[in-house]
Amino acid sequence: MSEFYNANSFLISLVGINAIMALSIYITLSCAMLSLSNAASMAIGAYTAALLTQQLAWALWPAVVAGALMSGLVALVLGLPIMRLSGVFLAIATLGFGEVIRIAIVNIDALGGSEGFRLNSGDRTIEASGWEVYGVLLLIAYFFSRLKGSRMSLALQAIREDENAARTMGINVTFYKVAAYVTGAIVAGIAGALYAHLRSFISPGDFGFQRAVDVLVFAVVGGTLAWRGAIMGAVLMTLLPEAIRVVPIVGGFNIKDQPEIFSGVILLAVILFLPNGLLTVALSLNRIRRPARKVIGHKEASP
Amino acid sequence: MMSPVETQAIEATTSSKPLLAVQELTRAFGGLVAVRDVSFDVYPGEVYGLIGPNGAGKTTVINMLSGLLPPTGGTITFRGQRIDRMPAHRIAALGLSRTYQNIRLFGAMSVLQNVVVGQHARMRASLAERLVFSPRVRREEEAARRRALTLLEEAGLASLASQPASALAYGNQRRLELARALASGPHLLLLDEPAAGMNAAESQALGTRLRTLAEGGLSLLVVEHDVSLVMSLCDRIGVLNFGNLIAEGTPTEIARDPQVIEAYLGSDE
Amino acid sequence: MNLAQLPQQLLNGIFSGSIYALFALGYTLIFGVLDILNLAHAAIFMLGATVSWWLVSAQGWSLLLAFPVAVAIAGLLGIVLDRVAFLRLRQRGAPQLSALISSIAVSLIFVGLSRLLFKDDRKQFPDGTFPQVYFDIGSIRVRLLDVVILVVSLALMLGLTWLVQRTSLGRAIRAVAESPKAAALLGVNIERVIMQTFFIASALGGAAGILYGMSLNSIEPGMGSQVELKGLSIIILGGMGSIPGAMLAGFLIGMIEVLSVVFGGSQLKDAFVFVALFLVLLVRPQGIFGLKQGRAG
Repeated sequence: MSEFYNANSFLISLVGINAIMALSIYITLSCAMLSLSNAASMAIGAYTAALLTQQLAWALWPAVVAGALMSGLVALVLGLPIMRLSGVFLAIATLGFGEVIRIAIVNIDALGGSEGFRLNSGDRTIEASGWEVYGVLLLIAYFFSRLKGSRMSLALQAIREDENAARTMGINVTFYKVAAYVTGAIVAGIAGALYAHLRSFISPGDFGFQRAVDVLVFAVVGGTLAWRGAIMGAVLMTLLPEAIRVVPIVGGFNIKDQPEIFSGVILLAVILFLPNGLLTVALSLNRIRRPARKVIGHKEASP
Repeated sequence: MMSPVETQAIEATTSSKPLLAVQELTRAFGGLVAVRDVSFDVYPGEVYGLIGPNGAGKTTVINMLSGLLPPTGGTITFRGQRIDRMPAHRIAALGLSRTYQNIRLFGAMSVLQNVVVGQHARMRASLAERLVFSPRVRREEEAARRRALTLLEEAGLASLASQPASALAYGNQRRLELARALASGPHLLLLDEPAAGMNAAESQALGTRLRTLAEGGLSLLVVEHDVSLVMSLCDRIGVLNFGNLIAEGTPTEIARDPQVIEAYLGSDE
Repeated sequence: MNLAQLPQQLLNGIFSGSIYALFALGYTLIFGVLDILNLAHAAIFMLGATVSWWLVSAQGWSLLLAFPVAVAIAGLLGIVLDRVAFLRLRQRGAPQLSALISSIAVSLIFVGLSRLLFKDDRKQFPDGTFPQVYFDIGSIRVRLLDVVILVVSLALMLGLTWLVQRTSLGRAIRAVAESPKAAALLGVNIERVIMQTFFIASALGGAAGILYGMSLNSIEPGMGSQVELKGLSIIILGGMGSIPGAMLAGFLIGMIEVLSVVFGGSQLKDAFVFVALFLVLLVRPQGIFGLKQGRAG
């Protein structure tokens, strides 16, 4: 058992990191916001924590907390003005946010620029392992499970269904959306901080559009109705490239080299045929019925 | 916290101040003036009807009162506070609740959850307490669920509590919307065409229910197309036409008003 | 900051702006007609370029022939995209964001297929594909290639404008963009108009890709991501759904880009574009020609 773990420890930890990231985008999706800036939030958490442990000799957990808070702060500042945007406009704005952060990192020499930032190259070593990652994941999952059916979770669902009707029920929609956005950023920041200490090397390329899309795929494929869906999606899609090792080479074309084709096909199949994600399939196999509903949707306000 | 009945009884004896005072309310969309200088008051315990042909501006008025649409002119005062620039959620917390012309339930949420969420503004535990899942929060949420069930019983929907709201028949959906709007314990309930799509028997039942609520002390502002319902239910009626309030008075007075009759000629009823 | 570069850079801005404008037109057409943001557009941009390269270098065609053929193939890919990704969602009335995610899925597939079929490297047109002719006007150097690119871009843009304003197809497109229900009542075949719109939009995107590839003489599977966000910035700036907006904003973004190179250094040029994007989103999200926020229905 421990042999298996040692051989695959990075992959196992990566599944955990991806699950945390998927939860971060789930938080925003749960009130119908498509945010593609969580990769940038991950970057902020990663670089902040890395700088603190490497330059200022902080221990791991304080650095993770600081990274998460920094990420939340930036999200608050940049996110507050864009919160009144909806749908497509919000998605584009968050994409832009993500790019600005990536460009900023590339242009700051202290962060290593496009070459990347190497950790643990001195005599001090601060590392994270699967224990830390899964510890955090369990904590977050616990939090989510306690929230079920609470005033907060109902408010988020109401916002997702119909923002204006939610307002007239006394729900402060702007507050909840900002809170969801910032919380998502904090969670992504935690993932980033742990990730940096998992690999001991980070570069801006790790946190670009591709990462944001990957995380979105985790959440959508797993299912956006419940937080367990996000985790399920992350597990499945992270292990996918390993699973497709069995696919043969056809006609000189090695399709295994392009796992994004499989990701794309699965994502497409889910969106077209199982819009509530694979979790609903799993649940119905367990004979628990859930009502079908839109993946992400809320009726438009009519003046 | 006092119930609406108690509050209104006190208000009624201490003053004849209106619960809702609308003054010169105006809304223009570019060059088109949808509502122009509309003024009326709704007193505590009163049922006020707002009628008018299609396109007269009734829904625009309701949207302005509930805070979904800012007026371009005029003022709205509710329980002594100016609400014309207030965000919708704060207006709801003040005690002004509404239903929608085309039902806007939270379809994927259960019937019970819809009514629970209607109590959102009433639940007073602080954010800090919520984040640590304090027992007070648990008690409050339990109480909200119990209250929601009671409201569902009153509406005759208790047996459907765990169904998704979208699965309900139309008539039940209307009842659910009303129950949800009542969940917050409002002082004033705005009803936007509550009898839409109902037959005569259903409208009658609705009228009875609303009468009961009004007798319990709830003030109502009813926007309706169904003139007979409005006539039998309302204490006073205002008539809108092309965005202007052209007449106001008791049902008998309105029925005789030549301007009103003319406004309705050629419009559908 | 090197002001002596300014005239040259302004000219470059016009050249690149024309390509960006052409690219953005594809986004804006589809958003105008269907209210969806097609994030697979950048992949079609890349495939247009890649197919044209393949025709020229692997099949030995002349660019003159490869260009229209590749453009047509790009258009057909657009139709495939619609059939695969959007049709079903349309039929069940799925929300806007589902279509966006669906387009992301197809984009992943397209890019992966390109890497698989055409290899993951950076490709160049073979020597002699286009003449290496320069004009020197004062301190400014102008490539014949860039002039040709500009002419082709403008011709395509004018062609589109003519099509939208003067033909019955254009009228149908505008009717559906305004209100599909009303258009259907007037007898317009909505699905056919949608198909034609996808063909045109994707053909323009493919053409933009070929011109971009010619201009830089560099074609690789990831090239779509270089212009994708610029394209989004352009349609926000110009107003989503507005054709003149996309054209004007395309040139504007081209200008912002080169001016930020002159004044800020080339590292930050993308940052300036995104700052412009944010400002527009915050101050006037409906853009210059502020058309649609939501559809009449």
